Amino acid sequence: MPLVPNARERSIGGFYETKDSPYYITRNDTALHNLWRVMSFGANRILVYVLFILVLSSGTALSQGNTRPLHVQELAPGLFVHQGVHALMNAENAGAIANVGFIVGNEAVAVIDTGGSNSQGEALLAAVAEKTDKPIRYVILTHVHPDHIFGSAAFLRRNVAFVGHVRLKEAMEARFAHYLAANRPEMGSHLDGVELVLPDMTVTDSLTLDLGGRSILLNAWPPAHTDNDLTVFDPASGTLFSGDLVFLEHLPSIDGSLRGWQRALDGLAAIPATRVVPGHGPIDSPWPAALEPERRYFDALARDLKAAIDKGIPISEAVTSAGLSEAGHWRLFDTFNRRNATAGYAELEWE
Amino acid sequence: MIDFSGFTSAVAAALIGLGLAGGTAFAQSGAPAPAADTWSGLVTDVFDDRPMLDGAGIISLEAPVRAEDAAIVPMTLKAALPAGDARSIRKITLVIDENPAPVAAVFELGETARVETIETRVRVNSYTKVHAVAEASDGALYMVETFVKASGGCSAPAGKDPATAFNNLGQMKVKQFAGTNAVGTARREAQVMIRHPQFSGLQMDQVTRHYIPAWFIDELTVKEGDALLMKVTGGISLSEDPNIRFSYMSTGAGPIAVHATDTEGKVFEGSFPLENSGT
Repeated sequence: MPLVPNARERSIGGFYETKDSPYYITRNDTALHNLWRVMSFGANRILVYVLFILVLSSGTALSQGNTRPLHVQELAPGLFVHQGVHALMNAENAGAIANVGFIVGNEAVAVIDTGGSNSQGEALLAAVAEKTDKPIRYVILTHVHPDHIFGSAAFLRRNVAFVGHVRLKEAMEARFAHYLAANRPEMGSHLDGVELVLPDMTVTDSLTLDLGGRSILLNAWPPAHTDNDLTVFDPASGTLFSGDLVFLEHLPSIDGSLRGWQRALDGLAAIPATRVVPGHGPIDSPWPAALEPERRYFDALARDLKAAIDKGIPISEAVTSAGLSEAGHWRLFDTFNRRNATAGYAELEWE
Repeated sequence: MIDFSGFTSAVAAALIGLGLAGGTAFAQSGAPAPAADTWSGLVTDVFDDRPMLDGAGIISLEAPVRAEDAAIVPMTLKAALPAGDARSIRKITLVIDENPAPVAAVFELGETARVETIETRVRVNSYTKVHAVAEASDGALYMVETFVKASGGCSAPAGKDPATAFNNLGQMKVKQFAGTNAVGTARREAQVMIRHPQFSGLQMDQVTRHYIPAWFIDELTVKEGDALLMKVTGGISLSEDPNIRFSYMSTGAGPIAVHATDTEGKVFEGSFPLENSGT
């Protein structure tokens, strides 16, 4: 199986037809050339020349501004991570709320999540280029949420394979248009350039990727945070990129299955890592101790919901109190707890 | 007995037609403020421009301030006419104005059931007004409205686990909350739950560029014995695994029987004996 499909294969759906065409690459050059010809005709050539240089240089400055490398920290040799802020995606943070990173082998690089905007994706791309001259071979998407995939377009047309959970494609198709619309009021023009980039390679159970003298192990999980969670383990450094299966400080959001996530915790704990890069929270956290806060939260939430359901308390009422004992332990508690309680109630009442 | 057949087909057209027409508009709109004229258009399309009376004191609609989970937003409807009013409430329509398919459900109420409270769960795609319209037995329409803010940017109206929803298709559960009321003596509460993915028809297969067809429960009837409690005509705005909790006057005449059909013509049935004391 060719691990890295070429751009032609990737554009089979026609979605990127225009941008994959050879004309796309030369379009800007042609436009500049035409501009030069039009402006030059019968005019003061020196003045036009000055104007032309100004246009060119401002364009260069802009593009340099857009590609300022994302700040990353080297947690272990060849393993770099950017820590997101604890917030919802908005214009101020440009969507950079999730932890993203990359692993460098002897031959190639694997990027793990692309961030919450095209500009963050571009900045991550620049960070890779700053730290290594090895090519990016894989872009691994840990799940469907916009703060993890909205930067993907920056990695198109670079002969990389996008890798995701076997259910990622369906989730993207069901949700992507909604995510774009729902984030527009807060993100505005930061969503410009965001494209739906579907996975080329899927993981049903597990998959090993070779970066040259450094193999990383990908695991696909049953529904937990979402129904398309993927983790990445780098045995060389003992580092687990958990995606959003691990939240620290930032309250977890349940968009898959509360019970499924509770079950996944034991399987996660069995991964022989020494450190975890969670989806949100401190990027160099001890493993498996980092699982304990969310385990405690899920247990409290499930216990409260189960008690409410057993008493016949309706969902609208139950969600106002379930999980409240955890309020002091988490950031963004008010933003996500009632949502989690709603999803959890609808799940647990079938038990 | 009022003949609902004409109305039902009109609503079905609205459920599907508006859904298709609304899909494109929705995908492009991220504006937080709902359009001012959406409701007047819906009064025309769904209610044939019949006059809307102020529903205060007759019907109430409770919704959360914000759609915490866009896929599961609880809505509670309470409807009752003043004491001494000889009419009865025969129908309640729940409308999510800015959704791709605004008519979430039409509840036709049994003549003897005296349903007063209905709680269900809907999808809310964006910041929207929500309307509840109660129709009395003389045809008068009573309306109330509220707002719901949109959910956070990583919540979506789509299902969380479509594979499991599909695998459990048609599984049914009826909960009874009798409290201290014995069978056949008084007001009881029941909750009807049915597993169904409720595909919206707004999901596009990126390879074929075709929309995956909508697939949802379009009709659900609940009886106690032979007495109709309610008939629900639903659309894609009802959440995955449709769920309806309601209060009614029990006659104790027999089991609670549920009959549902979906847009593919699948039929789901279940019969549940009355419990003397629910949970």
